[in-house]
Amino acid sequence: MDATVYSKGITADIVKAHGLNTEEYERALNVLGRPPNLVELGIFSVMWSEHCSYKSSKKWLRRLPTSAPWVIQGPGENAGVIDIGEGLAAVFKMESHNHPSYIEPYQGAATGVGGILRDVFTMGARPIANLNALRFGDPRHPKTRHLVAGVVAGIGGYGNCVGVPTVGGEVNFHSSYNGNCLVNAMTVGVAPVDRIFTAKATGIGNPVVYVGSKTGRDGIHGATMASAEFTEDSEAKRPTVQVGDPFTEKLLIEACMELMATDAIVAIQDMGAAGLTSSSFEMASKGGLGVELKLDQVPCREDRMTPYEIMLSESQERMLMILKPGRETVAEDIFRKWQLDFAVIGHLTDTGRMVLRSHNEIVADLPIDPLAEAAPEYDRPWVKTPALPTIAASTITEVDPMAALRKLMHCPDVASRRWIWEQYDHMVGTDTAARLGGDAAVVRLHGSNRGLAMTTDCTPRYVQADPQQGGRQAIVEAWRNLTAVGALPLAVTDNMNFGNPERPEIMGQFVGAIEGMREACLALDFPVISGNVSLYNETEGKAILPTPAIGAVGLIKDLSKIVSIAPPESGLTLVLLGKTDGWLGCSLYLREIHGREEGAPPPVDLSAERKVGDLVRNLIHQGTISACHDLSDGGLAIALAEMCLAGNMGASISLPSGIPPHAFLFGEDQARYLVATAVAPKVLEAATKSGVTALILGQSGGDSLKLDKLGIISVDELRQAHESWLPGFMAS
Amino acid sequence: MAFRAAVIVFPGSNCDRDIAVALQKTAGQPPLMVWHTETSLPKVDLIVLPGGFSYGDYLRCGAMAAQSPIMREIKSRSDAGVPILGVCNGFQILCEAGLLPGVLLRNAQLKFICRDVTLKVETGQSLFTNRYEAGQIIRIPIAHADGNYFADAQILDQLESENSIAFRYSTPEGKIDTSANPNGAAKNIAGIFNKHKTILGLMPHPERAYDSIHNGIDGRPFFEGIVQALAA
Repeated sequence: MDATVYSKGITADIVKAHGLNTEEYERALNVLGRPPNLVELGIFSVMWSEHCSYKSSKKWLRRLPTSAPWVIQGPGENAGVIDIGEGLAAVFKMESHNHPSYIEPYQGAATGVGGILRDVFTMGARPIANLNALRFGDPRHPKTRHLVAGVVAGIGGYGNCVGVPTVGGEVNFHSSYNGNCLVNAMTVGVAPVDRIFTAKATGIGNPVVYVGSKTGRDGIHGATMASAEFTEDSEAKRPTVQVGDPFTEKLLIEACMELMATDAIVAIQDMGAAGLTSSSFEMASKGGLGVELKLDQVPCREDRMTPYEIMLSESQERMLMILKPGRETVAEDIFRKWQLDFAVIGHLTDTGRMVLRSHNEIVADLPIDPLAEAAPEYDRPWVKTPALPTIAASTITEVDPMAALRKLMHCPDVASRRWIWEQYDHMVGTDTAARLGGDAAVVRLHGSNRGLAMTTDCTPRYVQADPQQGGRQAIVEAWRNLTAVGALPLAVTDNMNFGNPERPEIMGQFVGAIEGMREACLALDFPVISGNVSLYNETEGKAILPTPAIGAVGLIKDLSKIVSIAPPESGLTLVLLGKTDGWLGCSLYLREIHGREEGAPPPVDLSAERKVGDLVRNLIHQGTISACHDLSDGGLAIALAEMCLAGNMGASISLPSGIPPHAFLFGEDQARYLVATAVAPKVLEAATKSGVTALILGQSGGDSLKLDKLGIISVDELRQAHESWLPGFMAS
Repeated sequence: MAFRAAVIVFPGSNCDRDIAVALQKTAGQPPLMVWHTETSLPKVDLIVLPGGFSYGDYLRCGAMAAQSPIMREIKSRSDAGVPILGVCNGFQILCEAGLLPGVLLRNAQLKFICRDVTLKVETGQSLFTNRYEAGQIIRIPIAHADGNYFADAQILDQLESENSIAFRYSTPEGKIDTSANPNGAAKNIAGIFNKHKTILGLMPHPERAYDSIHNGIDGRPFFEGIVQALAA
């Protein structure tokens, strides 16, 4: 490109370092009508980064269903909002902090939690729960232990201090994450339905106000980093990782809640990725206005920060607000009380431009709408993931099922996560109604007898094998987990973690997963209300397993009716609801016991999911069943063993004939629940009426799990297998 | 019969609402919530320092809160015999303020721990424990990174001889041993009184074992005992 297209001091290399390709830089020239200066280039760079612009994914994300009568706010705001009745709304979202967590696990994970908390309380909601979906590399990889320790400590360190309970989540281990762990954090908050705040700036002349922490030089270009592949020298990027201060976040929550109770706020937006740039830009853009900022007024942590640094800093615990005129003093008093910075840094204009001044000089002048409208959007080439063969259970060698069960209970993807969640304060708030280790977390709506159930789910190996079935399965498993405690599933947040979208096979995974999710969301009336996309999760050209992590929330109208996975007494009948074919392809059993990561994953029959799930929920509401567990990884045998451990009692089970025992025990057919009931005839009758397959397996009781004709294992031995892996791994 | 408590709120307190709920449910009326910059208190029957991360636990847990303006007033009330309860971070603040002896060190395993523990009640003869029997085993959650009680041998002996140990971590069968000790605390100490038993500091959170959705309600008698003793 001709040198005249660059401003003084800017070169082709500098443009490239800002992540803009030649075509994108030309677009920037067109938008501006002149070459951008360095500050402006920085702004283009972050606004058009994959992280902020969703340029590779937008086309496909539009396919997801986002509406339902109870949806108040779908994707596009800081978080999604649903109506949960009695004047309340649930506000939630999940967001990734993958790249920073790999580089600096403690701070990366901690600031991930901080960022998602801000997304939720920005909307006016008090956060009531955190969850997290984590993926780490092979336990034998030298970095894995360090990452687990740092990420868990970081999540705990932040969440515990701000006083929001961490109530649930999931963890997988797989070698594809060796060079790129996934840290997806979810926050659920509750707000009065008529007090939801948004980022839409209105009122020409209204003051733009900066609150929270001071701006430092940390995290500059974090959004650009999150939009590139990793290379060996990525760890040299450590200075682009932000540092979290949960104490300030706690003060910020309380100050914002106090100010939100007044009528001073017009609009509010947290400074997340791309900091002051994206927050001011988005607020003005949503309101169709212009904005003028005086960068000298921005509270800075360090001397002589340049406009470029101030605009691109990702310092944490900061918010931007538009106030009603004359309300500055009310707001300032509240923020001073909480010992936080408060500064009027600019005002809204009618110019439609973002004008930045520093020492009375204009250092940037950009048209807002054209920049937003010209944001690149790609229809990346993609290829459909080839279908894998179905593996018949009869072709797989039978092994001793009791030994296989013991081994699976001790394997990294099934073993107890107690070592992790005991480092999280999961009880603060005293509203946690179901502790970790069950199908879904349950948190009471404060001062009531209602609650929200929440979960995060995804089975990446299924998505890898068949993106469409895997996408479906991630949604239905979340729906099933909410159902299994007795909740009515309401809505979804998604965190799409994939590799490099410029590779057609990766883009094909993305397209397939979205299609599967779409089908499942439509079939289950389960709209997607918020989400986040994290691409370029690759190191040295090797992609992670495609991981569309699903966070979901359901409503419980009467907390006295919920059930857990623990059978409350012995002598209960164990009934398997849903049809079992014995699908072993792509199963955990096949991988862990036979060392084969092969075959098509279990198909997801959406009408069967709905039918069985609705039956189970009704039975829970009627008080007909007293414990319930959804069947997932490891199939029936793992579900049985987990129920025995939770209830601290055994069970006696007989297996049906006509299906190989290992297929019955470890098959991962979908749309199934294992329930315990004192009134089995009622369950069977209701199942027959609904057209759901029901099979009586046996009874709860004793101190061992007995599988008729196959063997016996004591609850103590199961517990030892289940509890010992993670602490042993972390100590070794 | 009115019972009135004051809950002190420091920047970073996060169990202030939780203990206020337990006090309100027990006493029938809400406690007074007092911001840490206040310098005086109205007449109250009980002062509560709640759990949380006052000042982010920066410097040392409780160290900065112990220098808050309200602490001068709390010390003078303490001299006048007004009962004071410190839970978790509140216990740390009481130690840092010199109202209770000893310190709370980082947990022996160096990690935050949140789980139910079993405690042995050492005495039922106090306004805080009058609804329990000496030797009774109760189950209450802990949630802390710095609950490892430490004091020199002389202080520990004194605590024993003055019967000032309120609760110890114990096995469900009542054995006081290392297997029952979650954080390395000296003599398995979970909570201590001052000499006159008008001040109690404890690491476990009785407000988290209070209502039907919790895993047990062994914390409820704790609040009932306090309200009964002080409402008269």
